[in-house]
Amino acid sequence: MHSFNKRIKRTVMAGAAALSLITGLAHADTAINGAGATFPYPIYAKWAEAYKTKTGLSMNYQSIGSGGGIKQITAKTVEFGASDAPLSVEKLSEIGLMQFPMVMGGVVPVINLKGVKPGEMKLTGSVLADIYLGKISTWNDAAIAKLNPQVKLPNEKITVVSRSDGSGTTFIFTHYLSQVSTEFKDKVGNNTSVSWPAGVSGKGNEGVASYVMRLNGSIGYVEYAYALQNKMTYAQMQNKAGHFVKPDSETFQAAAAGADWKGTPGFNLMLTNQPGAKSWPITGATFILVYKKQEKPEVAKEVLKFFDWSYHHGSQMAESLDYVPMPASVTKLVEETWKNEVKDTKGNAIWTDAMVQK
Amino acid sequence: MQQETTDSRLGRQHLADRVFQTATMASAGLVFIVLVGIIVSLFVGGWQALTTFGPKFLYTDAWNPVTEKFGALVPIYGTLASSLLALIIAVPISFGIALFLTEIAPHSLRRPIGTAIELLAAIPSIIYGMWGLFVFAPILSSHVEPWLQSTFGNLPVFSILFQGAPLGIGMLPAGIILGIMIIPFITAIMRDVFETTPKFLKESAYAVGSTHWEVVWNVVLPYTRVGAVGGIFLGLGRALGETMAVTFVIGNTHRLSLSLFEPGNSIASTLANEFTEAVGDMHTSSLIALGLVLFLITFIVLALAKFLLLSLESREGTKT
Repeated sequence: MHSFNKRIKRTVMAGAAALSLITGLAHADTAINGAGATFPYPIYAKWAEAYKTKTGLSMNYQSIGSGGGIKQITAKTVEFGASDAPLSVEKLSEIGLMQFPMVMGGVVPVINLKGVKPGEMKLTGSVLADIYLGKISTWNDAAIAKLNPQVKLPNEKITVVSRSDGSGTTFIFTHYLSQVSTEFKDKVGNNTSVSWPAGVSGKGNEGVASYVMRLNGSIGYVEYAYALQNKMTYAQMQNKAGHFVKPDSETFQAAAAGADWKGTPGFNLMLTNQPGAKSWPITGATFILVYKKQEKPEVAKEVLKFFDWSYHHGSQMAESLDYVPMPASVTKLVEETWKNEVKDTKGNAIWTDAMVQK
Repeated sequence: MQQETTDSRLGRQHLADRVFQTATMASAGLVFIVLVGIIVSLFVGGWQALTTFGPKFLYTDAWNPVTEKFGALVPIYGTLASSLLALIIAVPISFGIALFLTEIAPHSLRRPIGTAIELLAAIPSIIYGMWGLFVFAPILSSHVEPWLQSTFGNLPVFSILFQGAPLGIGMLPAGIILGIMIIPFITAIMRDVFETTPKFLKESAYAVGSTHWEVVWNVVLPYTRVGAVGGIFLGLGRALGETMAVTFVIGNTHRLSLSLFEPGNSIASTLANEFTEAVGDMHTSSLIALGLVLFLITFIVLALAKFLLLSLESREGTKT
């Protein structure tokens, strides 16, 4: 028995040695690694590709979800994490992280109702909240009819479609609905996944999009790019200023313009329900997480250089994929924050003004 | 000289034997290590949820990441109900196919049909899910579900099963898709075990004037019931853990409803949906605890199967 144990031990150790050899090899090449949110994955991948052709440095990004990204950066297995929902200042300081907004996007309510064309239907925040609460359950409800006198509304049941997986899209959407409806805030609340009181849920933007396209009389919410690419019937929304606006990069940028990034500690800011005549009310930014105290300053420098390059040279690529780039005032603020907050173990700043790649 | 070579060869072979023995033993031991490792890590990961909610975790239906209240009743019910539906659909059909293939079909047809069924088993589950959502669900919602509702919707007791809007997304489509998915597994095993029945037994039965049905029911099935039941439980095991196909059509909502038309959730699809973006510790812990529950359900099902087989075996040879 004893020799058997010994034999097992020997075999296990040999296996472990082989494994460590393999992982050691994988780490040998120079690359920066990040993980997190799925929403910005297409643009991060595009930036990484362009950056690699220019500098030869590759950036590996695993789109495993915001929750996964936060877990990975906490465990220090990646150099940066990415999250669609900003972390609170307490949470940031608890782990020792700083965050900055990287790119923006909008969430769009989409409907499938016979005879209704894209942009024809008008909705307000409170009506949208009541639909998602199940309080408004038919399309010819007086509240919808009042907003849409020119649309012929059928006496059809509304099938509410939501996201089943935890997502930044849901975080932005429920953040907006919680702001415009106290009842929604009390009953459902704001999170990456919530307990929906009505309807069905699909997995991912594509899941919601396919449910909405399949079910007559349904309403759902997807990222702008999905609504655009699938030619879905989006609805107009009433913004804080009382105007009805269509979702496009102009209204998203309008929402971002008025945002007070400077006065918000830790960039912990949501762009929902922003003031401004043209602001799209359901807009949000996606965030990057890095450690304030960097054990490997050389790698951290490369990470910041990559994002700085993306700020200054990636706007067109972002727009081509229907994302909204951060305005110059915000990127300048982010660079300032890097200079002040990201340090090596001796307390020296890693980022300098000279590194800005204009 | 000659003696020496034989000796060294013997020595070498002895060494090779020992290496081989150790390698196989380590492989077998690995199974136990992995099994125990999984159980332990599920317990550790789910500990926070299990201690906070206690046994209530198993029978409450709240699943709210905002208030951090978690109860697993809806996914547990969804897993069991969809798998039960799948068995109700798959077992009779598989039995019929196996019977046809072994007893009735002309020899020229047996091979092609048998191969076709085995190919069904090779289709990835996500394809079943997509087919279910885009092709099957529309047919279900426009033809089958309204018909079910108008036929059974007014019966007492049964009407509960057919309430709600016929969306084509919910417990019924999940059960049907699962049923289709496990048919090839059950069929393949049933056919193989039916074929093990000795020819002379069947021929004797036919000789005394039995019909096909009588031969299968009174000769083939009693002879092969252990294998047949094993096949059914293999199918059930697969249905319990199926993820992607179910996620596509079950509707993924944490609301308890007995109606087959209403959306629900299963344990596997809850995990697939929520694990990546679960930020809160309690949410993650509850999901891991949910994984533990699935593990236990599968374990109980397999243990029951084994128990059933043992009791069947012990009755063998006695007069029934």
